[in-house]
Amino acid sequence: MIEVRELTKVFDVKTAVNSVSFTVEKGEILGFLGPNGAGKSTTMRMITGFLPPSSGTAVIGGCDIVGDSLNARRKIGYLPENAPVYREMRVTDFLNFCAEVRGVDSGSQQARVDETIEKCFLSDVRFQTVATLSKGFKQRVCFAQSILHDPEYLIFDEPTDGLDPNQKHEVRLMIREMSAEKAIILSTHILDEVDAVCSRAIIIANGKIVADDTPQGLKATSPTHGSLMVRITAEEPNALLMLLKAEPGVKAAEILEQSDRHARIRIFPENPDAPPIADRILAMLSARSATVHSLLVEEGRLDEVFRAITTS
Amino acid sequence: MRTAESIRSIRAIFKRELAGYFGSPVAYVFIVIFLLLLGFFTFYINHFFEMGQADLRSFFEWIPWVFMFLVPAVAMRLWSEERRLGTLELMLTLPITIFEAILGKFLAAWAFLGICLLLTFPMVLTVLYLGSPDMGAIFTGYVGSFLMAGAFLSIGSMTSSLTRSQVISFIIAVVICLFFILAGYPPITEIFSGWAPKWLMDLVAQMGFLPHYASIKRGVLDVKDLLYFFSVIFFMLAVNGAVLENRKTA
Repeated sequence: MIEVRELTKVFDVKTAVNSVSFTVEKGEILGFLGPNGAGKSTTMRMITGFLPPSSGTAVIGGCDIVGDSLNARRKIGYLPENAPVYREMRVTDFLNFCAEVRGVDSGSQQARVDETIEKCFLSDVRFQTVATLSKGFKQRVCFAQSILHDPEYLIFDEPTDGLDPNQKHEVRLMIREMSAEKAIILSTHILDEVDAVCSRAIIIANGKIVADDTPQGLKATSPTHGSLMVRITAEEPNALLMLLKAEPGVKAAEILEQSDRHARIRIFPENPDAPPIADRILAMLSARSATVHSLLVEEGRLDEVFRAITTS
Repeated sequence: MRTAESIRSIRAIFKRELAGYFGSPVAYVFIVIFLLLLGFFTFYINHFFEMGQADLRSFFEWIPWVFMFLVPAVAMRLWSEERRLGTLELMLTLPITIFEAILGKFLAAWAFLGICLLLTFPMVLTVLYLGSPDMGAIFTGYVGSFLMAGAFLSIGSMTSSLTRSQVISFIIAVVICLFFILAGYPPITEIFSGWAPKWLMDLVAQMGFLPHYASIKRGVLDVKDLLYFFSVIFFMLAVNGAVLENRKTA
């Protein structure tokens, strides 16, 4: 378990991280969200022992990162922002160096390195120097370094930054595969990523936690959560809108787009989590001989929630 | 068990760093410049052959001045580069102490300078061919040079941890090295004369590298002089550690 306790970092006059507390259990993937400069990287740097906190601490699997730093760091795999790797080293040499410093048993070291290279799809470049690699490969070399010693706790600072969509997908798959027996924290500003990988998300703004929930829970706070989106063709869309508004269970309705007889209408129910009103709406629309092209119940959108929380 | 682990970490870093020197052209350029400069000073400026003496005194005389520029050039990348490229974050989140990281890097750079010094062996062969030199003085001359290289290197390592810019690190290191060379000589004593109390002037004069280096290269390995160089190294590396410990950003 990673336990972050009232972590605070003050730079000169600016409080970059302000009393941040949370815990991550094994099996969880925690998404760490926030605008640029919100304090994500600073928080991760404190959890991994790179920056000393001004106050508070983080306890990693029972080891305090301030008081028992070496043992705590031993349990962590860390992918720093921008994936720094020694440029003049070959991929295998770099990973062997990390294994050696990490105290991986020298008998199984080469096997471990080979296995990690395999896992991170680095076989083709294993004898190249890092400086000759593309951004995506560099990112994966640094990623390989973080999982090399099979740590229980993984901390990734923007793990998919700079990757193409296929590579992003691969990295996400790898993270998800590992999640069963590990506790993982990853920071990102790609909201799709949170949906795709994270079991929980924390939003941080100006150094403070402003939301801590599952991605579904966060989406539920979106104003469009549970609303119905219908695309119809009808004789008089405006008249239809009036009728929709009068329908029981409907709080409001609006036409988002209209051209002639085609319209896209959004309907807000009284209570988004109550029994769905979609079938009644559908019946009503077909009774009025409107053609329904599509009907969609919105889950809510993370980006809306994100913007609402971080700009208020 | 901690000691065994410490040694393992220091060794891993040492190996990586040393391989890094020889993996880049910088090392070879450095060695060539070092040998050319020393050769130039010894043979052209000091007229080594015309002096008619089979010893390396004129050679060792130039070493402090050549080192003053070249050692900071070796040292400047030690930490600045790690800070600039962000690999410092990688290194300091590994399960190693700052002390181990500093020592591993320092020893690797020192070993590199040792190799450079050893490559001046043709000088020794030359004087052996020309006459029968005092081999003891030549040996202690090399020991003294190596110790001074270590002292300069510790200064460079410290200044390198202060900044991300290698150029700034280099310039500050050269200035500090120059201070240590000139301490006890007029340019420095004049700065202090008139206002500083006598004990401070004596202290500064005692801090100079040259008197200690001179007695070693005469063939006298005094504990006092060894202690002097090792305390400079220890002090500078301790400051180096404090700087890294208290850095505010990457």
